[in-house]
Amino acid sequence: MAKVSTFGKSKDIYERVEKIREWGILIPIILFAFIVALRSPYFLTAENIQYILLDASILTIVAIGEMVVILTGGIDLSVGSVLALTGMIVAMIYKENFNLPPILAPLMGICLGSICGAINGILVSKGKFLPIIATLSTMYIYRGTVYIISGGKWVNAHEMPEGFKLLTRIDLFGIPSLILFAGIVFISFYYFLNHRAIGREIYAVGDNPNSAVFVGINKDKILFLVYLLSGAMAGLGGILYTSRFASAESSAAMGFELSAISAVVIGGVKTTGGSGRITGVLLGAFLLTMIINGLNVMRISPFYKLALQGVMFLLAVIIDSLIAERMQREFRRKRR
Amino acid sequence: MKHRFKFSWEILLLILIILVCIISSFISPYFLDIVNLLDTTTNFMEKGIIALSMSYIIISGNIDISVASNMGMTSAFMGIFYRMGINIWFSALFALLIATLGGFFNGFLVTRFKLPSIAVTLGTYGLYRGIAYILLKDTAVGIDNESFLYLGQGYIGNTPIPFSLVLFIILAITFGLILHKTIFGRYIYAMGNNEQTCRFSGIPVDRIKRILFTLSGLMSGLGAIMLSSRLSSIRPDIGVGLELEVIATVVLGGVSILGGTGNMIGVVLALFLVGLATYSMNLVNIPSQVITIIMGLLLITTVLLTQIFQYRERRA
Repeated sequence: MAKVSTFGKSKDIYERVEKIREWGILIPIILFAFIVALRSPYFLTAENIQYILLDASILTIVAIGEMVVILTGGIDLSVGSVLALTGMIVAMIYKENFNLPPILAPLMGICLGSICGAINGILVSKGKFLPIIATLSTMYIYRGTVYIISGGKWVNAHEMPEGFKLLTRIDLFGIPSLILFAGIVFISFYYFLNHRAIGREIYAVGDNPNSAVFVGINKDKILFLVYLLSGAMAGLGGILYTSRFASAESSAAMGFELSAISAVVIGGVKTTGGSGRITGVLLGAFLLTMIINGLNVMRISPFYKLALQGVMFLLAVIIDSLIAERMQREFRRKRR
Repeated sequence: MKHRFKFSWEILLLILIILVCIISSFISPYFLDIVNLLDTTTNFMEKGIIALSMSYIIISGNIDISVASNMGMTSAFMGIFYRMGINIWFSALFALLIATLGGFFNGFLVTRFKLPSIAVTLGTYGLYRGIAYILLKDTAVGIDNESFLYLGQGYIGNTPIPFSLVLFIILAITFGLILHKTIFGRYIYAMGNNEQTCRFSGIPVDRIKRILFTLSGLMSGLGAIMLSSRLSSIRPDIGVGLELEVIATVVLGGVSILGGTGNMIGVVLALFLVGLATYSMNLVNIPSQVITIIMGLLLITTVLLTQIFQYRERRA
């Protein structure tokens, strides 16, 4: 969608391919659901599907934050650590102040996450850091901070107020709150990415940073903003994660960054930036969660999870590269 | 101008090393003991071995963040073979082969599908560590073969010089000579400066990339063997986070993260600087999590410093 080309024809091809790529994720989703359901019928029951949706919600929220970073051609490796850090800080706040209204928790999470994200943003936009170096450093810095502030101890379920745990357990208008959170995040990002200038500017910076500057886009501002958003979403994810699993520990969400990045890439967002749609990310997160859930349902060891994620990630980038190769060939043929 | 900058960077590292030594000897009287100092080098030799190939990769304008995961995979395979009753040396050899294949796989994906190395190695970062977990689950394998433990714990003859230090020095000299004295080394620099130009001037860019990533795999494997031998046990989470330390060391050594500049002497100096600083922090009982934070801060400060240097150089 994002590529604006001088060739009218090429734009059509581009949009068509992107649509196919996006909805193409449905094929593995259906295929996988079919295979697992054959082996264990429990997989397709309403109960299990609700489980998958609940699990996918947190991943979706964090992945959407990650997506805006990847759209600019960057990467944020620190989301897993930010998630653990905000979860731990807020859990410790609630442990000390039992009567704090639980509705404040998501706001605190977003604020704390934004601070972490802003540090990344300053490093990348003002410090001219390569995103991978900046966020690899902060990934370990934030993780280390979790260990230090917690002293390696857990905040257990009984130390958290009921209201905080209920945050992800109540139904509003018949919809589980976790899904509502994800829905709100999805709709607002969808609106801003596709229908506001700021969203289009994010795509433009990722597509071609130099020309983005020439048309008057404040590149530094956009770069700062995307890391801020990514941090904020990771922070919100941290609260929901802590509330859902009713415990905060220093090694929580280890490797979550890989899940988030995988969901984004599987959803068809190009790692070099500038193209990809948010609905794809939603489907990517769903596919990833479904597969992990399927492994559990089929009683396959959870140790397979990490390797499988790596494989899916690699497959997604390879498929994208093959599509790009074919498109280029088609391009050349048309221009002749 | 450029030459003077590089010169001063290494001098700076040397001054920092001396500074660390002076401060540490004030903190703890045990620091400036030659036997202790030599002994402590064993703690970062595997890091150094991987840093050698990592500097090639970064100078060529790429990055490999799968090295620590590759180490995990290698160790896990070695542990599994050993548990099956295969001789430890054969297990190590097979594992080394697998590590090399792992590196080649990175290189293959990068060149065949024209993918950025960050994307590929991020994928294999998960995949290789995942394989380690699949193989070993949450168990550990103990190694009790004396001759194998010599690799990571042994000394040369009756001297206090550790075997791993000697191995590292030999490797470092080889890597340095190849980088600075051969055409292949010049190609690596050229690729880091401008890959497109290299392609047009007939340099086999793709083949060199495959070689570099394969080499990185081989070195990760070697590092894994040294580390397993030093710890005398193998766990699936062996060396987690080592990629950060290795990249930080290389960048601290004056290699630009954008590729094209840097040299081996700087990397080796940086390795010893970081190693000695970590050692002195251990002496005063700073927990490893804090040391990780300091490593992260160090990486950020170094990159910031080089950028300020380069900025001033451009203005001058």
